[in-house]
Amino acid sequence: MAKMIKKDKVRELLDKLANEKFDIFAPIGEDGITLYRKLGAETPLLNFQNSSKPPKEIFFPQTEKMFDITVENHRLVGATEPPMASNPILLFGARPCDMRAMKVLDALFTWDYTDPYYVNKRERSTVISFACTLPDMPRESCFCTSVGGATDSREGADMLWTDIGSEFVVESLTDKGGKILELGGNLFTEATPDMQAKAKQVSQEATEAISRKLDTEGVKEALEATFDNAYWDEFSARCLGCGICTLLCPTCHCFDINDLVVEGKASRERTWDSCQFTYYTIHASNHNPRPVKKHRQRNRIYHKFLYSEKNLGLLGCVGCGRCIYGCPVNIDIIEVVEGAKEVLK
Amino acid sequence: MSENIYKPHTATITDIQLEAGGARPIRTITMQVDDPEVRPTFFHKPGQFALISSFGTGESVFAIASLPNKDGIVQVSVMKVGNVTSKIHELEIGDKVGVRGPYGNHFPLEEWEGKNIVFIGAGIGISPVRSVYQVALLPEERKKFGNITLIYGARTPADLAFKDEFKELDTRDDMNLWLCIDWKFGPKGPTGESSAEGWPAINMAAPGETVIPEGVNKFTCFVPQLVEVVKPDPENSIVVTCGPPIAIKFITQALEKLGWKSDQIYTTLENRMKCGIGKCGRCNIGDSYVCKHGPVYTHEQVKSLQNEF
Ligand SMILES: Cc1cc2nc3c(=O)[nH]c(=O)nc-3n(C[C@H](O)[C@H](O)[C@H](O)COP(=O)(O)OP(=O)(O)OC[C@H]3O[C@@H](n4cnc5c(N)ncnc54)[C@H](O)[C@@H]3O)c2cc1C
Ligand code: SF4
Ligand code: SF4
Ligand code: FES
Repeated sequence: MAKMIKKDKVRELLDKLANEKFDIFAPIGEDGITLYRKLGAETPLLNFQNSSKPPKEIFFPQTEKMFDITVENHRLVGATEPPMASNPILLFGARPCDMRAMKVLDALFTWDYTDPYYVNKRERSTVISFACTLPDMPRESCFCTSVGGATDSREGADMLWTDIGSEFVVESLTDKGGKILELGGNLFTEATPDMQAKAKQVSQEATEAISRKLDTEGVKEALEATFDNAYWDEFSARCLGCGICTLLCPTCHCFDINDLVVEGKASRERTWDSCQFTYYTIHASNHNPRPVKKHRQRNRIYHKFLYSEKNLGLLGCVGCGRCIYGCPVNIDIIEVVEGAKEVLK
Repeated sequence: MSENIYKPHTATITDIQLEAGGARPIRTITMQVDDPEVRPTFFHKPGQFALISSFGTGESVFAIASLPNKDGIVQVSVMKVGNVTSKIHELEIGDKVGVRGPYGNHFPLEEWEGKNIVFIGAGIGISPVRSVYQVALLPEERKKFGNITLIYGARTPADLAFKDEFKELDTRDDMNLWLCIDWKFGPKGPTGESSAEGWPAINMAAPGETVIPEGVNKFTCFVPQLVEVVKPDPENSIVVTCGPPIAIKFITQALEKLGWKSDQIYTTLENRMKCGIGKCGRCNIGDSYVCKHGPVYTHEQVKSLQNEF
């Protein structure tokens, strides 16, 4: 049964959840951009263009301590993991594409071996997705509908909230979502049939407003056939190798592991890394299997549209468009992929 | 939460051997995992690798060179090339290191019963090759296989690793050993002399025509030429070969000339690795993750991978 919550009751709900020890992460405006941050007493953004950085960083932070390195008699002798928290996490206001991306990360971080850092936080989390609605969403670069997504996709979410003006229509999708309904008590009331119809309608309107399209038909065949084609030199010539397209991508998961010694305290940390960087693949012999930009851009595109599906069963792109609007030299993944198909023609 | 897969188990160094000198020295480090309960989890299959930590410096990937055992004894041969490997070269007996693994696939020795095996190692590539022939040469294993041939080459006599072991292997009558050093790095220098003393040169233009002098099994040449001299027979046989990519390329060409098929040739691939378990992303060749789908591949599989080595 669909419920609804008035927008002016949202802060009250979040207070209740905070009292239940939830760590709440929600979109807030910071330095002119939208980011998911741990929420204090402020009211989160309820109407916003999708965040600059995807919410994956809640579960897979840009820098994360893996171990403290233990010292005995002035020697570094072992590694102990920092204590893992156990309180629940609420991701409030995730966009549907970003939650579909979390399914890719879920698959990757449990691919035969379980990554304890990621899985611990994910298991503790409850996710409230916001359907994309006009006027803030979709953005110009969104193309979720081309890659299996939808403006009201429920994948990876425990609740879906749809903004219909002064209230949200609330759909609980899992037991965790049911728990939120329970904790919210009378802040949630029945949604009228009119409200439910309105929710369908605004999602539909948002879907129709998506202008970018990628025809995925024939993409795999095109990529398999063009690996050694000069095409990959052409478009990557203007790439700066800055890595933004990967660092901002909600499905990108590459990381580096390094030991640090700061003021006598040693630790092992992991940090986001990118296949766009030279040092990512260089061997100790200085041999580099992906020595130039075309190899690295090609790897990004192939990983998203070929390798990810082969290894994890999921396409590596959810069409969030961040790599398109983030690229300083306007390299556009839709054009790149469509272009590879053109090569074959 | 179960076991943290990234957690290095503390181990104590029990032995260190300097295997080769030169600009890039190789040391074989033997360690034993401290926690008796964890020790049996290090029972590995030949070809698998481990990540060794020098705490405070970092972690690096090495082929496990020890014989499979339940005592948590892990041996790696480390060439000094950078940050972590240099630190490992400074370690002393009794020092603590971290170890996690074993990871990756393995050489399918169990499928090779009744076959002849030819082992070919070039440079540091001898380390993963050794992890397989050591097992194949164990008394209870040896009888499962036909002829065993071992071909190994390095730059100079000083660069040849495991010298004492090779002396012993040379006396065994249930295998054939062949060694070589690169002629241009011979001890007399690169200025004209074509061989080092006791290491007769072969005709590099036509190595296949070399007449092997009675009792000689050491030559001055590159490994691929030595393969042409030895002429291993592909009939009912398997090759295990590891080494720098360029050496592997020419070794396979030499084998193909002798009639070997690419599915008879097994090798290991190396790529830069961090996690070792398919998460950090960097080790892929096309859709194949060397840390998960490899490091052991047949030459046939290698040829089907994206051209990205
Ligand atoms: C499956 C597998 C098995 C292996 N088995 C063995 C084995 O049995 N024995 C063995 O000796 N080796 C083996 N290796 C190779 C070994 O893992 C590397 O030699 C080792 O990781 C190098 O680590 P390092 O910290 O010493 O070098 P690094 O210091 O990491 O790198 C050395 C060089 O790489 C370059 N470099 C890398 N990163 C950077 C950076 N961020 N900035 C600038 N330059 C950089 C530089 O040229 C540097 O000098 C294996 C590798 C794999 C994948
Ligand atoms: S590849 Fe680009 S559009 Fe696709 S999910 Fe990543 S950042 Fe978004
Ligand atoms: S964001 Fe653009 S310039 Fe930067 S690495 Fe990606 S494609 Fe290249
Ligand atoms: S080493 Fe991390 S994915 Fe292979």
